[in-house]
Amino acid sequence: MTHRSAKDPAPVLALRDISKSFGAVRALRDVSLDLFPGEVHALAGENGAGKSTLIKTLAGVHRPDTGRVLLDGEPTVFTGPADARDAGIAVIYQEPTLFPDLSIAENIFMGRQPRRALGRIDHRATRAATAALMRRLGVALDPDRPARGLSIADQQIVEIAKALSFDARVLIMDEPTAALTGSEVARLFGVVRTLRDQGAAVLFISHRLEEIFRICGRVTTLRDGALISSEPLEGMTEEDLVRRMVGRDLDELYPKQEVAAGPVALSVRRLTREGVFTDVSFDVRCGEIVGLAGLVGAGRTEVARAVFGVDRWDAGEVEVAGRALTNGAPSTAMAAGLALVPEDRRAQGLVMDLSIERNIGLTGLRTTVRAGLMDRGAERSRSLDWAVKLQVKYARMADTVATLSGGNQQKVVLAKWLATGPSVLIVDEPTRGIDVGTKAEVHRLLSQLAADGVAVLMISSDLPEILGMADRVLVMHEGRLTAEIPGSEATEETVMAAATGRAAA
Amino acid sequence: MTVTAPGEAPATEIPESSSTRLVDRVFRMRELAILLVLLVMIGVTQLGNSEFLSEQGIKDLLLNATILVLVATGQSLVVITKNVDLSVGSTLGISAFATGTYLQGGGNPVVAVALAVLLGVGFGLLNGLLVSLGQVPALVVTLGTLYVIRGIDSIWVGSRQITAADLPDGFVDFGSGGISAVPWLALIALAVLMATAYYLKHFGSGRELYALGSNPEAARLAGIPVRRRILLAYTFCGALAGLAGALYLARFGNVDSGTGTGYELTVVSAVVVGGVVFTGGSGSVYGAALGALLLTSVNSVLPALGVSSVWVLAINGFLLILAIAVDRIVALRVATALKKRNARHG
Repeated sequence: MTHRSAKDPAPVLALRDISKSFGAVRALRDVSLDLFPGEVHALAGENGAGKSTLIKTLAGVHRPDTGRVLLDGEPTVFTGPADARDAGIAVIYQEPTLFPDLSIAENIFMGRQPRRALGRIDHRATRAATAALMRRLGVALDPDRPARGLSIADQQIVEIAKALSFDARVLIMDEPTAALTGSEVARLFGVVRTLRDQGAAVLFISHRLEEIFRICGRVTTLRDGALISSEPLEGMTEEDLVRRMVGRDLDELYPKQEVAAGPVALSVRRLTREGVFTDVSFDVRCGEIVGLAGLVGAGRTEVARAVFGVDRWDAGEVEVAGRALTNGAPSTAMAAGLALVPEDRRAQGLVMDLSIERNIGLTGLRTTVRAGLMDRGAERSRSLDWAVKLQVKYARMADTVATLSGGNQQKVVLAKWLATGPSVLIVDEPTRGIDVGTKAEVHRLLSQLAADGVAVLMISSDLPEILGMADRVLVMHEGRLTAEIPGSEATEETVMAAATGRAAA
Repeated sequence: MTVTAPGEAPATEIPESSSTRLVDRVFRMRELAILLVLLVMIGVTQLGNSEFLSEQGIKDLLLNATILVLVATGQSLVVITKNVDLSVGSTLGISAFATGTYLQGGGNPVVAVALAVLLGVGFGLLNGLLVSLGQVPALVVTLGTLYVIRGIDSIWVGSRQITAADLPDGFVDFGSGGISAVPWLALIALAVLMATAYYLKHFGSGRELYALGSNPEAARLAGIPVRRRILLAYTFCGALAGLAGALYLARFGNVDSGTGTGYELTVVSAVVVGGVVFTGGSGSVYGAALGALLLTSVNSVLPALGVSSVWVLAINGFLLILAIAVDRIVALRVATALKKRNARHG
């Protein structure tokens, strides 16, 4: 089999000076990209750099405002995902998009089933073709099994089988390895190399730098929606790549103050919720920021919810400052000084249609009530106080929070909980989807809180954030704590090893 | 292209997996369970009242179920796409009156039925357009059209009434006639039911209804014309509600401005009792038809056993809640079973 190099003359798919805006946000600015047959091409950049928008443009989901998409050198317009698919472009999203109620075979061939006379579906041929694809991928999945309940790795295999089934020439993989174990990653890479050798162009997105170096030949880097570079990986170091992605000094982004840890504020002992997490024990001391790392679905959020009392636990105990909390009672948790800033701020952290002041005021309803009636004046001044402290950028306090940017919404959620004067603060993905500037502000705030003696438990999937902010790192894998690493010793490798269950330590 | 199995992780061959059969069994069981409840109920009633399963008794059971089966079949398609059509009762009422008015003027019965279906198609299209283009929850949109259609019906009909005496004899006879215990109307419903079931299983657009109910976002990414399919489901549902209106007239020979009021809730109950999951993507029209048969049979069973018919509503409600509870429990069990299997083969 010929191994083609990236120097083959014609790119199979190319973007030329693509720009795309959503409202006032310029997601992509004059970005160009060439994908050659037989190459695995990395797309690197921070969260919010524009990678998703770029992928969705290639997939026909977004139409660019300006610029051209070239397919085999010919300008093309994709009016929808079906157009891109018909052009031989397959996208495997981070969260596989399957139909849980339908069989694997139907999932693969939906909309393109082999037909018999009168346009009827040939179920037997569909099943046989699926079985053939599974053999080609070297996996044993029953074509008749419904997609519901498949592991993420198997769901991705189904997505890849779908791409194979229409002989995709371009395969775009958006963080396919985020939720995979080591052996599953190896299996996936085996498949990717095979496809590459057969002449497919693969666009590969991953936050794990070592994977980019392991499988990719070239890398295109985006930052804040703009193209930074497009070059061969050969001769590059991880540091070179990070510098292109981040474009600034990392220390600035993680302004962690050194604080001497005080007494234990939050103590969790052998906490178990059946089928979700098992035997989780840890302490968080006053003045400490403890990072809780792990893959999506490892059970981190669930532990936080149980500690706060939103979900019940089946066994174990939780103490705040030596006092045991009641199982499943958020109000006693709040009274004990616990605050939880949830992961999904739009759905769980905020009432989107209420004003900024009312949102911040929600946690203070007990204290701002006089003779059973709301004291709106007290609520207003308390909310304003916190909005100013956190530098929320707003037009009027009476505006609904829906009008704020993601970063400012997150500040409102933080304000809402800080207004309760917590001694223990649990933050779940505090900077997901917010811009770099605000991210640094949130980090500074967390650091300041710790310096003031608050115990902070920070759940994050953003590894640099964990490494940059945490005094100690706890790692969860499949519902168990698999490692506890002092901040000074934590590296991407040690944390990821524990998070994927490869931990030898 | 050559077949190259990637070498890094050799896969172990799993024989025909047990979980597939388990899941299959459960879903087939869902329809079997309703059938079983139905048979037991009829059996017990027959033991208590030997007149129950006379030729006329069976005929009545089937006749009572026919109209609900038709409307429930249409409703199933809509519910499978994760939507709902609450306007079916109003559509049934207005098309029944339209059919009657046309026949009163000496119209041809076949044309009359076709008119009813067309009227239903019209309202179905309206619902489908509002839901698919408006991006408004179907529950609200069709609640709106429920009142709009009922309002038009009331203005048009006023206090008028159509009775069997106004209709051609052939039409009324057709409504109550049949081959021994099997009414013509039931045969029509059965034919529609079987054709719909075949369509859903064997045609691409039929499977796509399941796909878009199962995961709308994935359906969009798979290039399924989501709006067209939703429009299709509503149009079909409206057409069957219209057809049911014409058959209602043939069966009862009596229509006024209140005909079909509140019927939508019975229809939705039948569909859900029959195992068509309200969150979309799963269920069959056969199940819905069995659900319809079960609910209407309760109506006949209670009087036959000497129980006051005031219990009918309560029992229907109980069956509905039972069905939902069973679905939920089964879903959890299946999920656990599948998870265990994954853990084993990981």
